[in-house]
Amino acid sequence: MRILRAYTWLVIAWLTLPVLVMIVFGFNDTPGRYNQTWDGFTLKWYGKVFALDELTKALVVSLVVAVLTMLIAGALGTGIGYALGRYRFRGSGTINLIMFATMSSPELVMGASLLTLFVSLGVGLGAATITIAHVMFSISFVAVVVRARVLTLDRSIEEAAADLGANGWTTFWRVTFPLILPAVGSGMLLAFALSIDDFVVTNFTAGTTTTFPLWIWGATRVGLPPQVNVMGTLIFLVGVLIAVGTTIRARSHRAG
Amino acid sequence: MSDTAAIELVGVHKDFLSHGDTVQAVKPTDLAVGQGEFFSLLGPSGCGKTTTMRMIAGFEEPSGGTVFLDGNDVTGVAPHKRDVNMVFQSYALFPHLTAYQNVAFGLERKKVAKDEIRRRVGEMLEIVSLTGMEKRSPREMSGGQQQRVALARALVNGPRALLLDEPLGALDLKLRQQMQIELKRIQREVGITFVYVTHDQGEALTMSDRIAVMEGGRIDQLGTPREIYEKPATRFVAGFIGTSNLLDGSVDSISGGVALLVFAPEEKVLVPVPPSVTDGTKLEISVRPEKIDLSRDAPAAADCSVLTGTVREVVYHGTSTNYTVRTSAGADLVVFDQNAYSAEDLAGPGDRVYLTWSPQHSYPIGVRP
Repeated sequence: MRILRAYTWLVIAWLTLPVLVMIVFGFNDTPGRYNQTWDGFTLKWYGKVFALDELTKALVVSLVVAVLTMLIAGALGTGIGYALGRYRFRGSGTINLIMFATMSSPELVMGASLLTLFVSLGVGLGAATITIAHVMFSISFVAVVVRARVLTLDRSIEEAAADLGANGWTTFWRVTFPLILPAVGSGMLLAFALSIDDFVVTNFTAGTTTTFPLWIWGATRVGLPPQVNVMGTLIFLVGVLIAVGTTIRARSHRAG
Repeated sequence: MSDTAAIELVGVHKDFLSHGDTVQAVKPTDLAVGQGEFFSLLGPSGCGKTTTMRMIAGFEEPSGGTVFLDGNDVTGVAPHKRDVNMVFQSYALFPHLTAYQNVAFGLERKKVAKDEIRRRVGEMLEIVSLTGMEKRSPREMSGGQQQRVALARALVNGPRALLLDEPLGALDLKLRQQMQIELKRIQREVGITFVYVTHDQGEALTMSDRIAVMEGGRIDQLGTPREIYEKPATRFVAGFIGTSNLLDGSVDSISGGVALLVFAPEEKVLVPVPPSVTDGTKLEISVRPEKIDLSRDAPAAADCSVLTGTVREVVYHGTSTNYTVRTSAGADLVVFDQNAYSAEDLAGPGDRVYLTWSPQHSYPIGVRP
C-alpha cells in the first residue's frame, strides 16, 4: 500500500516537474540573459511578457497557424472520420492505411519530403506552407477520433431522422453532428496542440518565418528570456482550463 | 384491392450477395395490408420479416417487384419522402433532444407552424400518457417511457402506416403485456394502419387483425389469428404458433366429408377433409393440446377420435397441467388440462390413458381444397 502510494507520487512528480520548473522560472528575478539560477521572486516578467517584439511576433504566427490548422483539419478530418465510420466503400481500406502511415511516419521524413515538394512546386515557404504541413499531419488524428465515435453511434438514430422526413443534410446537422461534437472537439484540440508546438516539420517548411518553437530553439543558444516561461505558463494554463471545463461539463451532463 | 390497400407489395423480393452466392432474404412476395388494419409479420429471426418492413420504409430497396403506398408506386423513393413512420427496435430516440423535441422533429421537417406543432405534440403526448415529461431527455426516462416517446414521435406525423420493428422486445414481461394493450388502444384511437414485426407468437395473436407467418424469406400463411392457430397451413406454422400435435397416417375411408384413419382396433382419428382427399391419401393432422381429453377410462362416445397411450411426463403449470403421452399411433401427443375442475392429476407417469377429441378439432395440414 505504502509502495503504491510512493509510486503514484513518483509518477505525478515525473509528469509535472518539468512544467513546475517552467512556471517557477517565470517568476525568477534574473538580472541578465541567463534564466538558470534562482535570483528571487518577481512578477515583472508578466508585465513585460510582450516586451520582446520578435518573440511576440513568433507567438502570433504560431497561434494563427494553430487556429487555422485546427479549423481546416477539423472540417476535413470530421468528413473523413464520418465516412470511414459509417460506410464501407471502394478505397476505404486504403484511406485507413494512409492515415495510420501519416501518424506513424517519422516527422523528419515528413518534413524533408514536404520541403522537397514545396521547392519543386516553386511555392514560397512561409506561414501558408507551415499551415498546409500542419493540416496534413493532424487530419489523421481528427479522423481517427471522429471515426471511433461514429462507430459507437446507433445507425438507426440516423434512419429515424430520415424516416421523420429529414434529408441527408438536415440529418447530419440536426442529429449526427450534435452527437459526434465531443469527438470533433477533442480532435480539433488535438490538432491545435500538435500544431502549436511542432518543431521538426515546421523547421523544414517555414522558410524565413519564425514560429514560437523555432524562436525558442534559436534563443537557447544565447540564453532563454523569462518571457518564454511566462508564455509557456499561459499556454499551459489555457490547456488546463479547457481540460477542467470539459470534465465539469461531462460530469454535470451525467448527473443532470 | 390495389386502389384501397394502405400497403401493397407485388412480387417484391430482396437478394443479398454473401460470399459470392446470391441469398434470397425475401422471396418474391405479394402482400396487401388494408386501411386501419393491425397487421403482423411473424417469424423466427432471419425469416425476412424485418427486411420486408425495411423495404416498405425505404431503408432497403427491393431487388425486384413494386411497393405501393395507398396505391402509389413508391419503389425507389427515399425514406424521408415516404409517408410512413417507423418505431425502431432500439427506439432510436435522439439522445441530445428532449422528449418534446423528439416528438416535434417530424413536424418541424414538414414546416408545420409553431403553434400547430405545440398543439399536436401536446395531444400526442397525452395519448401515450407522457404529459408532464416534455422536458425530460431520453436518458432520464425508463424503457417503457422511451418506448412511448418513440411511438408518439412516429404517430404525431399522421403517417399512412406505422411500422413497428419488435418494439416491445427490450421490455420486461409485465410491461410488455401492458404495452400490448396500450398499443391496441392507441391504434384504435388514431385509426392508423399498423404493421408489426415480431417473433413473439403470443404478441401477434393478441394484437393482430391479420398475421403473415414468415419462414425462410417466404410467407407460409396469411390469415386471422384464429385461422392461423386453428388451421395451420404448414408444418412450420403448426409448430411455430403455440404447441401443436402432429399425426401422420393415411385415409382408410371417407364418409360425409370426414376421413377415418384407423391406427389399431378401437384407435382411430376422424378429420374433416376437402373433396380432393380420397382413400389412401397420406395426411398430416394437427390437433391442439387443449382440445384433447385425457382419461383412464374408455370413452363412451363413438363419433370422436380415440387413441391410447402411456403417460410419460406430467408438468404442473398453475392454470393448466401438461401431459405428454406416447401413443400407439407412434407420435408423442401433448395434452393441456385446465385446472379449473381437477383437484388432482388425471393420471401419473406410466399410466395407460385414452385420448379423445371431436372431429372438428383435427385439421389436415397443407391439403389443397
